[in-house]
Amino acid sequence: MEKNKFPQSYDKRKRRSQKIAFGIFSLFSFSIVIILFSILGFIVYKGIGVINWNFITTEPTDGMTAGGIWPAIVGTFYLMLGSAIFAFPVGIMSGIYMNEYAPNGKIVKFIRVMTNNLSGIPSIVFGLFGMTLFVNYLGFGDSILAGSLTLGLLCVPLVIRTTEEALKAIPNTFREGSRALGATKLQTIRRVILPIATPNIITGLILALGRVSGETAPILFTCAAYFLPKIPTSIFDQCMALPYHLYVISTSGTDMEAQLPIAYGTALVLIIIILVVNLLANALRKYFSKKVKMN
Amino acid sequence: MKKFFERIIEGILTCSGFVTSITILLIIVFLFSEAFGLFGSKAIEDGYVLALNKQNKVTDITPAEIKKVFDGEITNWSQLGGTNTPITVFRLENLTDYYSEEELGPEYAYAGAKIAELINKNPGMIGFIPNTYLDKTFQGHLIKDKTISLKDVLSGTEWFPTATPAPLFGILPLITGTLWVSFFAILFALPFGLSVAIYMSEVSNHKVRDILKPIIELLSGIPSVVYGFFGLIVIVPLIQKVFHLPVGESGLAGSIVLAIMALPTIITVSEDAMRNCPRSMREASLALGASKWQTIYKVVIPYSISGITSGVVLGIGRAIGETMAVLMVTGNAAVIPHTILEPLRTIPATIAAELGEAPAGGAHYQALFLLGVVLFFITLIINFSVEYISSKQK
Repeated sequence: MEKNKFPQSYDKRKRRSQKIAFGIFSLFSFSIVIILFSILGFIVYKGIGVINWNFITTEPTDGMTAGGIWPAIVGTFYLMLGSAIFAFPVGIMSGIYMNEYAPNGKIVKFIRVMTNNLSGIPSIVFGLFGMTLFVNYLGFGDSILAGSLTLGLLCVPLVIRTTEEALKAIPNTFREGSRALGATKLQTIRRVILPIATPNIITGLILALGRVSGETAPILFTCAAYFLPKIPTSIFDQCMALPYHLYVISTSGTDMEAQLPIAYGTALVLIIIILVVNLLANALRKYFSKKVKMN
Repeated sequence: MKKFFERIIEGILTCSGFVTSITILLIIVFLFSEAFGLFGSKAIEDGYVLALNKQNKVTDITPAEIKKVFDGEITNWSQLGGTNTPITVFRLENLTDYYSEEELGPEYAYAGAKIAELINKNPGMIGFIPNTYLDKTFQGHLIKDKTISLKDVLSGTEWFPTATPAPLFGILPLITGTLWVSFFAILFALPFGLSVAIYMSEVSNHKVRDILKPIIELLSGIPSVVYGFFGLIVIVPLIQKVFHLPVGESGLAGSIVLAIMALPTIITVSEDAMRNCPRSMREASLALGASKWQTIYKVVIPYSISGITSGVVLGIGRAIGETMAVLMVTGNAAVIPHTILEPLRTIPATIAAELGEAPAGGAHYQALFLLGVVLFFITLIINFSVEYISSKQK
């Protein structure tokens, strides 16, 4: 936006109030940046000294007052993978249905309202639900399977919305062109629509994964183990997870002094995951948007 | 053949289209079926009775009164509508204070008879005993064991789920705690959120916006435990120092952390709403001689007010449902707070903190599911109001 230049005839009060208002806005915006960087900076500053190869690759020892966080990293990775396997296909298909198949009007509106509702439900309620359905009713027990399914349900709305947005951005001329050439609806989606939408969908999926990696409340009662110094071997095993580990060692422990550095390290690893996820998503977005423009 | 194949795919897609609706339905079914068991369970701990002397005219005591009796806060039956006799509380573990091991017999064989004798003898005694120990010689009467009522739960001011003999499931302190924290969180977040939204959509140039956008995305991506951890290590000690409090874990700490967490939602939604304000409206206002700031608050904000409101309501929703960060910094005292500087406890934090210890299927467990139902309804109301507000915009 171009800079506004006011003619002399405007009264001073108007100019002054604008100056004050804009000053406050920029001050507040600047403070947001400060808040973010103070949180990140604090954790990086305190945690960077803790992280080394040993910390990443060994198991916690001495009642979690020493050692590393390897099982928690593996657990979080498994949970991300598990929920992705479940949520991505379902979410993408649901998004495709909503944008390409569903008769416009009431059904789409209904599904959209339901999806919005689901994404607004607090994660702890998902935890309760996962516990009754997957852990108790279906009998999976506290397991990676139950945790992944719960986390998967949590991020389905996000995947649906991403897919829908990506598909919506494609102009109808593409669909009409393909159909005019004799392709069926499914062929059009597979050969024309999805290839164009894929980059945007992938960006959304990566962000969904980031969200899954940090969730604690849904796995509290479905999967997470307080202390389990071995790598899970089947999907019916419990596992440790980074966010839950951070919660445990920062709130309940015998030796706070010894645990605090581990907590800083764990928090930093979590932050690094989120940073990588965000940077990756942004880079992909930029890369693909350039590519599309060149075509 | 090909058509058949397409039909199948179409069917699968249709099914997955309804996955969110089915999930919500399942959530309702499972949460409700667990939660409403609470109203079928007895107010007094399962398998126990409260026995009174036959001279005692009191038959009906509320769970809250039972707790006060056993805590020694009510010491005379006249306070409960009976005669003027002091209350003596008898618990099973006190039995050896009254009788020797020999009198009770091998493996407490005569315990039932002795308890009956004891209560028959003492007019002011109330006995909390397992119903297997209720002997034939017992001449008094039992306190009516009512089921837990919806009224007790919704209007109860005390949450003592593990109190014996009668646990208290008043959810009022938890609801007030949740509302206090969320209210202050929004109070803190609102000026910041709106300023940043206005700045990003109206004031800043593209370059600044391109820097701010990913920062806000990152803020919303940081896991809630990390916020909680930061709050616990930095904000809680700071509050303790500034306000000279005995403990820094307080509603204020929760509000600050929640405010930071609700910011991205408020900013993104209201910024979107303001950017949707048509260019022609802005230009018309500027052409009439209004300054940029006048245009913003007289044209852009009124135009996008419903979008801004939905952003704020969504932010409230996030704050109400947030679990881990709040659990870590608010101190979790289940009392109705009088100031924001006291420790308090929210609904999600209660579920997270207590479900692990509540025996499955018990009244406590069911009460926690009831909290889940309450939370579910609060967020449902919030979501529908957002839906309503944004439908008005069009």
